[in-house]
Amino acid sequence: MQVYKKDFPIFSQTIHGKPLVYLDSSSTSQKPSCVIEAIAHYYQHNYANVHRGVYELSERSTHLYEKTRKKVQWFINAAHTHEILFTRGTTESINLVAQSYGRTHFKAEDEIILSEMEHHSNIVPWCMLQEQLGIKLKIIPVLETGELDLLAYEKLFSSRTKMVAISHASNVLGTINPLKKIIAIAHAAKVPVLVDGAQAFPHMPVDMQLLDCDFYTFSAHKAYGPTGIGILYGKTALLEKMVPYQGGGSMIEKVSFKKITYGQLPYKFEAGTPNMAGVVGFYAALDYLEKMGMKAIVQHEQELLAYATSKLKAIPGVRLLGTAPDKVGVLSFVLNDIHPHDIGTILDHEGIAIRAGHHCAMPLMEKYQIPACVRLSFGLYNSREDVDAFVAGMQKVHEVFN
Amino acid sequence: MSELRELYQEIIIDHGRHPRNFGFLPEATCHQEGFNPLCGDKIILHLYENKDVVEDLKFEGSGCAISIASASLMTECLKGKSRNEIEEIFNLFHKWVTMNDVPDEFKEKLGKLEVLGGVREFPARVKCATLAWHTLKAALLGQNLKLEVVE
Repeated sequence: MQVYKKDFPIFSQTIHGKPLVYLDSSSTSQKPSCVIEAIAHYYQHNYANVHRGVYELSERSTHLYEKTRKKVQWFINAAHTHEILFTRGTTESINLVAQSYGRTHFKAEDEIILSEMEHHSNIVPWCMLQEQLGIKLKIIPVLETGELDLLAYEKLFSSRTKMVAISHASNVLGTINPLKKIIAIAHAAKVPVLVDGAQAFPHMPVDMQLLDCDFYTFSAHKAYGPTGIGILYGKTALLEKMVPYQGGGSMIEKVSFKKITYGQLPYKFEAGTPNMAGVVGFYAALDYLEKMGMKAIVQHEQELLAYATSKLKAIPGVRLLGTAPDKVGVLSFVLNDIHPHDIGTILDHEGIAIRAGHHCAMPLMEKYQIPACVRLSFGLYNSREDVDAFVAGMQKVHEVFN
Repeated sequence: MSELRELYQEIIIDHGRHPRNFGFLPEATCHQEGFNPLCGDKIILHLYENKDVVEDLKFEGSGCAISIASASLMTECLKGKSRNEIEEIFNLFHKWVTMNDVPDEFKEKLGKLEVLGGVREFPARVKCATLAWHTLKAALLGQNLKLEVVE
């Protein structure tokens, strides 16, 4: 197994006297030196506002900003650069679609299809439309294995269905959803599909033209990039029909107090001075992913997942949540009557960072009838040794509680 | 392991696993729900109060060992206490679990509740130990509302 850990300076420290074992990459990923350095370099050498000045620094800054947009386009194989919009993250991307597309295209009694495994960020924006417009939410159930019930999904469509909003991979179950099939079914009913790709993007190749989804969203901070920057991909035809999400500088062509002419794509959706350092840092993260190679990353993480799954299953009393055949490196479980927070505290004492709680997926917790669960999730810097440390940590949990 | 042992003392594990006064109290004069939205821990407290004395109290809910043990120990300790006594214990307890330099006499006054002092070293877990207590305070203030604790 290749060792990527050396590229990430955070791992040079100890936590509670133990080497840091970070198993919470679904929540946010650690940053390689190249990303940290790119941000510092940008502030030190190239920083100025984008799309404004006629001076050298502003031109450099604009170049770096737009170069990232092109890189994202290339990375996810979008048909056009202007289909890549910079946002604050997945959450803002989904809110943008809900408020811009949704508020102008949906009316009372229209229906949106979501699934039971969605993260709150792909539930709440639609619930807000429920309150604002009186739309209805239809929910695809999750089977015991953690897979979507596709037969039930097909039956949810009606003449009032206006959108399907679905995660590419579940942040709790790890399930990779069969998007091609889900999208084909929706398109046959002439319904557009928004994909929440937050848990998929840095863990597998993602191809917009192959998937043929209408919107795709993800966050840089889960993909080894900085916080506060994310992507909304949208098909040109849909984005052109949409009204701006926020108003301000950059997104206009002409402004008078009587009439505003909005700018072209993608600027129509990027009001105000953007998170330029975030964009520059994201370029470095994409560059890093490219150098490591998505194929190698997938292989590394899948090997880890298989190793950790077998280790976890061998621990007495563990109930694994999500056993779909096709998964990203996410493992959630409960252990007898020991509460996940107690496990989290004990593991932290061993220098192991895991997530305990409802993982912003309360409907899913309800489905499995648990208040919370423990989750380990992998990034490319994790190794078999990390899994072994986790297993040893679970032994400590056993010692404390018995 | 010592800080951990301090946190997960036997008495806490015991009360967490086998909470005392757990269940519904049909004759209760007040029901109060306490919820920690960050972790999902939930306590429902049932109080029977007569002439300013909490003659009986029970609780239901789900949560980590610390929050359940704290609720269990609280119900044991407060049964039969007057409002004034409860207020005094509440203040002592709150200081005991949140402050580092509390006088030793606190320990004596708190009796069994003293075991919860281990959370001081675990700032993220203080709210687990105080959930039941904040729920109690809300109950005594007669809020009869859902209470969210974000400490």
